[in-house]
Amino acid sequence: MASSDPNEGSAHEMPKYDYRATRRDFLLKLGAGINAIAAALVGIPIIGYFISAIVQKKPRTWVSLGSIDQFPEETTRMAVFMNPYRTQADGDTAHIPCWVKRAHGDDFTIFAINCTHLGCPVRWFEQSKLFLCPCHGGAFYEDGSHAAGPPPRGLYHYEHKVEKGELLVKAGVLPTLADPV
Amino acid sequence: MSTMSTLKNVALWFERRLHIVKLWEQTAGHPVPKSTGSWFYTFGSMTLTCFVIQIVTGTFLAMSYVPSAAEAYHSLEILNYTEPLGWVLRGMHYWGSTMMVIVMVCHMTQVFLWGAYKYPRELTWMSGIVLMFLTLGLAFSGQVMRFDSDAYWGVGIGAAVAGRIPVIGDAVVHLLLGGPIIGTDALSRFFALHVFILPGSLLAFVSVHLRLVLGKGINEQPKPGVLVKRATYEQHYHGIIKREGVPFAAVINKDVVANGILLLVIVALALFIGPKGPGIPADPPLVIPEAKPDYPFLWLFAAAALLPNGSEVFLFFIFPTIATLFLFALPFITNEGEKHWSRRPIAIAIVVLSYLGVGMLTYEAITGPWSPHMEAWSGLPIKAEYVKGRTPLELQGAVVFQDKQCRNCHSIAGEGGHRGPDLTRVATRMTNPQLVRQVIQGGGNMPAYGSNLSPEETRALVAYLCSLHPPNVPPAREAVGVLKPISESQPSVTPNAQVSR
Repeated sequence: MASSDPNEGSAHEMPKYDYRATRRDFLLKLGAGINAIAAALVGIPIIGYFISAIVQKKPRTWVSLGSIDQFPEETTRMAVFMNPYRTQADGDTAHIPCWVKRAHGDDFTIFAINCTHLGCPVRWFEQSKLFLCPCHGGAFYEDGSHAAGPPPRGLYHYEHKVEKGELLVKAGVLPTLADPV
Repeated sequence: MSTMSTLKNVALWFERRLHIVKLWEQTAGHPVPKSTGSWFYTFGSMTLTCFVIQIVTGTFLAMSYVPSAAEAYHSLEILNYTEPLGWVLRGMHYWGSTMMVIVMVCHMTQVFLWGAYKYPRELTWMSGIVLMFLTLGLAFSGQVMRFDSDAYWGVGIGAAVAGRIPVIGDAVVHLLLGGPIIGTDALSRFFALHVFILPGSLLAFVSVHLRLVLGKGINEQPKPGVLVKRATYEQHYHGIIKREGVPFAAVINKDVVANGILLLVIVALALFIGPKGPGIPADPPLVIPEAKPDYPFLWLFAAAALLPNGSEVFLFFIFPTIATLFLFALPFITNEGEKHWSRRPIAIAIVVLSYLGVGMLTYEAITGPWSPHMEAWSGLPIKAEYVKGRTPLELQGAVVFQDKQCRNCHSIAGEGGHRGPDLTRVATRMTNPQLVRQVIQGGGNMPAYGSNLSPEETRALVAYLCSLHPPNVPPAREAVGVLKPISESQPSVTPNAQVSR
């Protein structure tokens, strides 16, 4: 706020200044050029750092959910795996929950916990065989398909495989509509 | 030399270097219309006071807060329970933020209804809109700082919304989270926003806003019938200043009172209600009952549940774009003309409808009737009077009703979920075959239970539902006469024999 002209207080008059004086003009242009290059050199690493999350995309990797024996046939249970890209500072948020449905034998389906509407955590209800979302009332059937409410599609499926009696899930990305698993 | 003249010399020494008198003349001493000394004109300074409170309390909170996903929650608990007066500081920061949004909305409503955005104060209004977005941005990023489960899933909702952007959605999600998954990088990004980027921008725009207020003068109290015209307004305003101009310092008495009360209210709320949270820790496998945002965003949360399916693109992209464009374009849409609210019915309608809309959506979000009551099936038994005198089949149906978690969405006598209709009197509006169809096939936002209920369970369940009607109101009947299921032979006099009592 303050004054509109900071020099108003001291009523100094100055001789008319000629901005076209050649040497000063040259130095000004040289200075502008140096600063333009410097601005680019300062700016590129900053912007590069900021967008590195997009440029250097981390691929999904296989993460173990443990032995398949902990998932009885014809049940759906929560399993928790660790974010493959966790750091120490992630704390509890490195735990990623998912819903594992074992029909029989090696026939597994792994659903992301994130509702396809706005990403809230869906909860499995064994008796009614439904996944219910707490935020806006989305509901999904046992096979993950849309049952009711605002979600635009069924639950996200994680890619998975069974190796030597161990269940592996391909993880590493938060599933969203832009990047469904 | 006496002490007085020494002091005077010291003061003059500073004055000759700092030109404080001139600064005073241009700010506190600048002339404003006498009519602006009004209670209605106090909301702007109150918003600024809140911002100062936020900066001061926020700075001290930053001395204890650890912006890491592993530590943030714990550091807030230390502030709450260990650090002396940490909870008061957190309380003042939380309630300061709540009050800042409230008085900002009051300020905005006042300048809108008083026509202050019209010529020549277009930029004052537009910089105010930027300040509004910055304030809301601070409120949203602030709730992420709490980093409890609400904050964690709030970021998840942000990512899910970003994931709906066509083409670049994936990139925006990664940029928002600082990686592929919600973790400490996401918290750090919101921390940088909350303590550096947004407050810095807010300071910059507050100075622009105040510079414009000083340069273009405070809007005079409009009089009905006095129209703003670009050609004559400046002259008109100078006339007002000439006739009834007073120094700004002379009209701040009500501001001083209002701001003092505001501060007392913030401190009282901090002391008697205390800080918010942190709630449930941000451990994703703790599948939480709900993830609600803070007050300023509840209406959006409710709209996401209540608008028809598939309207998210409208809610999250088209509506905010139109609303933002409208707010910025407003001073140019009605640049001249009437300023007094009593002669601007559309302005009044906009304010009333906005308040009603946001108010009702906020109320809906607080009650959250669309969310299943996750514990109703195990925690809320059906009241005795709704199972008294039932047949064994109906009683079995009541067990199915409870066990299959129907009550998570359906209430009986008001108890239970409100996602689906209340079933206290369902037999008065649906017949036995209609109920069977509804249970098995679902529809109207109800999942189908056909594959999940045995025929016997369905028969018992529907028998129980058909008993749900008041003694003096008969159950619903088929409109086209008595329809008998082929497989069943029931007495034809009472198609729903089991309900007659």
